[in-house]
Amino acid sequence: MESNEQIILKVNNLHTYFFTERGVAKAVNGVSFYVRGGETLAIVGESGCGKSVTALSIMKLVPSPPGKIVDGEIIFDDVDIVKLSEKEMRQIRGNRIGMVFQEPMTALNPVFKIGDQIAEVLLHHRKASKQDVQNKVIELLRKVGIPSPESRINDYPHQMSGGMRQRVIIAMALACNPKLILADEPTTALDVTIQAQILELMKELQENTGTAFILITHDLGVVAEMAERVIVMYAGRIVEASAVKDLFHNPLHPYTVGLMESVPSWSDTSGKKRLKAIPGIVPSLLALPSGCVFHDRCSKVFDRCKLEEPPLLEHDNSRLVRCWLYK
Amino acid sequence: MLRFIANRLLSLVVTVFGISILVFLMIHLTPGDPAEMMLGERASKQALEELRERLGLNKPLYVQYGLFLSRLLRGDLGRALRTNEKITTEIAERFPATVELSIMAMIFAVTIGMTAGIVSATRQYSIFDYTSMFFSLVGVSMPIFWLGLILIIIFSLKLGWLPLSGRISYTVHLETITNFYIIDAILTRNWQALKDVLWHLILPSFTLSTIPMAIIARITRSSMLEVLRQDYIRTAMAKGLTPRIIHYKHALRNALIPIITVIGLQFGILLGGAILTETIFAWPGIGLWLLNAVYARDFNAVQGGTMLIATTFVTINMIVDILYAWINPKIRVS
Repeated sequence: MESNEQIILKVNNLHTYFFTERGVAKAVNGVSFYVRGGETLAIVGESGCGKSVTALSIMKLVPSPPGKIVDGEIIFDDVDIVKLSEKEMRQIRGNRIGMVFQEPMTALNPVFKIGDQIAEVLLHHRKASKQDVQNKVIELLRKVGIPSPESRINDYPHQMSGGMRQRVIIAMALACNPKLILADEPTTALDVTIQAQILELMKELQENTGTAFILITHDLGVVAEMAERVIVMYAGRIVEASAVKDLFHNPLHPYTVGLMESVPSWSDTSGKKRLKAIPGIVPSLLALPSGCVFHDRCSKVFDRCKLEEPPLLEHDNSRLVRCWLYK
Repeated sequence: MLRFIANRLLSLVVTVFGISILVFLMIHLTPGDPAEMMLGERASKQALEELRERLGLNKPLYVQYGLFLSRLLRGDLGRALRTNEKITTEIAERFPATVELSIMAMIFAVTIGMTAGIVSATRQYSIFDYTSMFFSLVGVSMPIFWLGLILIIIFSLKLGWLPLSGRISYTVHLETITNFYIIDAILTRNWQALKDVLWHLILPSFTLSTIPMAIIARITRSSMLEVLRQDYIRTAMAKGLTPRIIHYKHALRNALIPIITVIGLQFGILLGGAILTETIFAWPGIGLWLLNAVYARDFNAVQGGTMLIATTFVTINMIVDILYAWINPKIRVS
């Protein structure tokens, strides 16, 4: 699905490394992608594949030391934010790019009222009067589906459930009408029923506000539900990128195929089919294998895979895959 | 919140009651009895008997305790056996000196200690961090009497900037009302005395502040480092807030709980009488007074003094508890 919207974020050849005592961990190793206004791009992969570090790199919040963006550019609204100073970056964070985190239970400050925590973003980025800000906070809370927001602004985080807190965090990310929201596993820590509610809310908000989302997840169900395009990451690399419907219909990379097969299927009612797992474990980022980073876990491996790393190859005009099978 | 405070007050009353039993028993269950303690081993039987009669030591223990408690409730701690002065009068003269000294010491300790701790945490592994942690190690390790003497030698004897000892110069007249000299000087608008009193406070309070200062600096640093790793700090950064707001608003308020605990404990210890500091600077405080009462086996004074110090200590703990609840809303509920 091609959108006519403008590209608002373009990541080119991003390298984010962690310089540890045991060596250099190449958490993000040459990642390129773009996001159009108003769309949802999903980034999927196992823990440690570099998806969260990619998001933190866009916010320039990679803990430093030991982390550092060593190469590449991140063009947001025609400006390379890698080159921006910390002060300039603070104008963007929370204002033009919002962020939603994985752990709603710990992502809010326990000693401040939630209303004040949302108001803080507005007071910091928009010089508005206290009364205006208060009204705006109530409106935001109503928007994210918190009942009787007039009284709940005085609640502390511990007085709310996980789902409610995630709504507050979403309200916080939305406060300044950002062009882009990075949602890092926004539903992972929630109950299944609450997950569905939060996803529904995000979808609804996107339709109303036209904000673009980068949705980071390891849950292919969430991807199918939410995104138009998807990037599959493995060991700091993009291994496949395509429209969501193409990926589900016909996964190309053996890793993507493995991911799909490891999801339990509803259609199998016999109960006899065992869940397939990808053999082996994610390689250490400190000592990546030679050739293709996936070769030692791949069922279709052949000699070339062990020697040379495949580039991202174009397939069917609109898809990208990092695998020698498609050369 | 009000209910929380009421609860704390109630438990304070219970604790003080318990303390009164302990203090009373400690003195009366020591081997021999107070009469023997006071008169020594070689006293005649008759003299012992007379003293026991006079002090009411012949009555059963629970009657003695009942009398002690009823006098205590009326604010009567009895008379000091050495001076035959009312103990409340003696304490009213001595305790303000200790309070003044302790508060001044805590002002030094908290401002310098916390600032050093915060800056060390936000600039971990910097030169400042290493330097301040080195000094805080020195601070806890240095014997008070030694530091006090060194400071006296440098600032009083060599440089002549600060007075040698005491609370006020002999040449300065101050009409005492509360026995808190700073307050008295302000009340009587005696600015010359105020300056002199503050001048006398600097050296002893700074000496007294070094250990609490070092402990506060260390606990502030470690507590801040712990908090700075939390998820909500990352959230604050993602909002685009400045490091100043993140450190001093979002992090510090969360880091305060252990810091306040330590401040409360240290303050309580100082109010119990800083015997070494009071001795070196000839400071007429409660610590020195109590020590002399112990030497003189003045059990009434020891009882009264101990009661006062213990009550002060639990009161400070109660204030710390209330501060916890004020800082962290989660505590208010439980």
